[in-house]
Amino acid sequence: MTQDRQRTGSTRRRFIKHTTLALAGLLLLGGQTQAAKLEKEELKFGFIKLTDMAPLAIAYEKGYFEDEGLYVTLEAQANWKVLLDRVITGELDGAHMLAGQPLGATIGFGTQAHIITAFSMDLNGNGITVSNAVWEEMKSHLPKGKDGKPLHPIKADALKPVIEKFRKEGKPFNMGMVFPVSTHNYELRYWLAAGGIHPGYYAPHKGDTSGQLKAEALLSVTPPPQMPATLEAGTINGYCVGEPWNQQAVFKGIGVPVITDYEIWKNNPEKVFGVSAAWAEKHPNTHKAVIKALIRAARWLDENDNANRAEAVQILARPQYVGADVNVIANSMTGTFEYEKGDKRAVPDFNVFFRYHATYPYYSDAVWYLTQMRRWGQISEGKPDSWYMETAKKVYRPDIYAAAAQELIAEGKMQAEEFPDFATESGFRPPQTGFIDGITYDGRKPNDYLRQFAIGLKDKEQI
Amino acid sequence: MVRHLLIPLIAIAIFLGVWSAAAKNIQTSLGELPGPVAVWQQAGALLDEHISERAKAAAFYQRQEERNAAKLAEDPAAEVKIRPYTGKPTFIDQIGTSLFTVATGFILATLIALPVGIACGMSATLYTALNPLIQIFKPVSPLAWLPLVTMVVSALYVSDDPLLAKSFVNSAITVTLCCLWPTIINTTVGVASVSKDLLNVSRVLRLGWFTKTVKIVLPSALPLMFTGMRLSLGIGWMVLIAAEMLAQNPGLGKFVWDEFQNGSSSSLARIMVAVFAIGLVGFLLDRGMLLLQRRVSWDRNAVLR
Repeated sequence: MTQDRQRTGSTRRRFIKHTTLALAGLLLLGGQTQAAKLEKEELKFGFIKLTDMAPLAIAYEKGYFEDEGLYVTLEAQANWKVLLDRVITGELDGAHMLAGQPLGATIGFGTQAHIITAFSMDLNGNGITVSNAVWEEMKSHLPKGKDGKPLHPIKADALKPVIEKFRKEGKPFNMGMVFPVSTHNYELRYWLAAGGIHPGYYAPHKGDTSGQLKAEALLSVTPPPQMPATLEAGTINGYCVGEPWNQQAVFKGIGVPVITDYEIWKNNPEKVFGVSAAWAEKHPNTHKAVIKALIRAARWLDENDNANRAEAVQILARPQYVGADVNVIANSMTGTFEYEKGDKRAVPDFNVFFRYHATYPYYSDAVWYLTQMRRWGQISEGKPDSWYMETAKKVYRPDIYAAAAQELIAEGKMQAEEFPDFATESGFRPPQTGFIDGITYDGRKPNDYLRQFAIGLKDKEQI
Repeated sequence: MVRHLLIPLIAIAIFLGVWSAAAKNIQTSLGELPGPVAVWQQAGALLDEHISERAKAAAFYQRQEERNAAKLAEDPAAEVKIRPYTGKPTFIDQIGTSLFTVATGFILATLIALPVGIACGMSATLYTALNPLIQIFKPVSPLAWLPLVTMVVSALYVSDDPLLAKSFVNSAITVTLCCLWPTIINTTVGVASVSKDLLNVSRVLRLGWFTKTVKIVLPSALPLMFTGMRLSLGIGWMVLIAAEMLAQNPGLGKFVWDEFQNGSSSSLARIMVAVFAIGLVGFLLDRGMLLLQRRVSWDRNAVLR
């Protein structure tokens, strides 16, 4: 009720502003869409070849960018580092980013630059794959169901004896992830640590950014599309990556996905759309227009119970986007996931783009990433809870999101019910369960959360 | 006639046969290695893609015009402009981009290398001074130059509305850095080895320094200068593809890298199409230089191949 009144109030204010500023005819025709002048109309966005770049491809192909008066070029990038650097230097106006990238860059882990995000691109969408040889050994340690198939979710407990065997033979156990501040790094570490395997610490204050101090499994960086080839070459024994690169391993017959990130943490936040803070400040209207187009694209992807996914798969399979074969992409995009060859199981929420308010940039999502950076030593000193909050607010910008959403509602393109209630939204999801180790996460108490882990830094601990 | 037509044709036929037979036996994780037929089909597919992308571009421009017209109708003072197509560059576009980049890099290198080479050839002191530097930089791979170039260009080339894309500047400068050296060395050698008789003649005629350079030294050094330039262009073309692959700059190299990353069942065949295109373009570039060399060479008897 109050919200309704507020909305009418803001519409009326805008109406008055327009009549005083512009001709009546202009208002009638373009009062809604041309409300704000775009600072820049030609934009170039970067992405990595992963299915979760879909909102960008859809916003382009379905003309949502053009609806906002934007002329967007989408360009695939070689790896996450190149992508981030190009956003910082301004070669790219914005990009599909790992949620940890804007946070890591803003606090100065790796490259220092103030990057912000006002749009979260998706939930879930990753998996952990191990090589065939490792899978054969893991299998004997797995509980089996009545049908003889291994019981899911598969915990890292089954991997522990394999790693111990590797160590006894004096061989390193190598695993790939895509970037030091990637979701995949944290998910892989989370899964390993939940199974009692130490994934190693970072110690940036000592110049050690390998992340392998005290490690039982050695994690290193490999760009997503190269994962299957690197696994095939034997350089790594397993990896954590987004789709379609887990399904690709199944199709190529070179590895077995053991778990999806949905089973590690139900509906975990995944990629974000990042721009530099300086860019956002210089182009506020353009930024809002981009977010509007992306929101519509995300909605299209989840509309009518994923009815559009088949078409989305066809679009993503084009060589300029993800480019992998249709059947590989379809495997995960249409709500199923194939583990061991032939073991196809339903994971309806494997990749969520809009429902559960997936696109809203929650502070609590940002804080979770920061806790993991602290847990593994990327943030070398203990920080008070207030620091987590301030950093999250610096990087995550639900205000811009809300402004874009409200314009879409005013234009009649979206319904208010499709969004969180902006008047009361605090930016914190209620305490979340659904983690593989049964721990509860409350974004308002990051230090309490860290204290619950057996493996990982907490309080004032330092490496 | 028989020798010039038949023998190459037989060689090509044998090559295709061996390729086709070998491909069937190489099983990659992306399926069988594509044979000549698969590659030919993909070449056709790439051409089709080019044509359909052109149609999409036309529709894009039309939509823009309609939008601009609406804007103007609404407000005659509105600023409208036509923006370039934002869709993906096709294979044929990529060939064009690569050619333009290599030409820029090569011309830049030649403009630097020729004067330096001539100066080195005429002055033994200068040559002794520069020789160590030339020898050290000559073998440096583009992969080593590229990160440096990228960082320096990013630091120095700042403009809100750049005339040239940064990625283009990066690639072009990397090409320049790698294809300076053969031209410098060959020009130096060419200029230094002008026949003593000719130099004596110029002394007898009391020619000035400039006239001597233009009338006597340059013409007699020309064949070697061209050899250097041909080598440079060949290197430049190879370097460019590597630079594009590594830095994701638009062009054929990016096409190859993107296809490698796609890992679809047709990727290998498409990469092979690119390999042939790269080879063919490189060959045509070399022929072009040869033609130019024949045109300007004074020695009609020299055997050039």
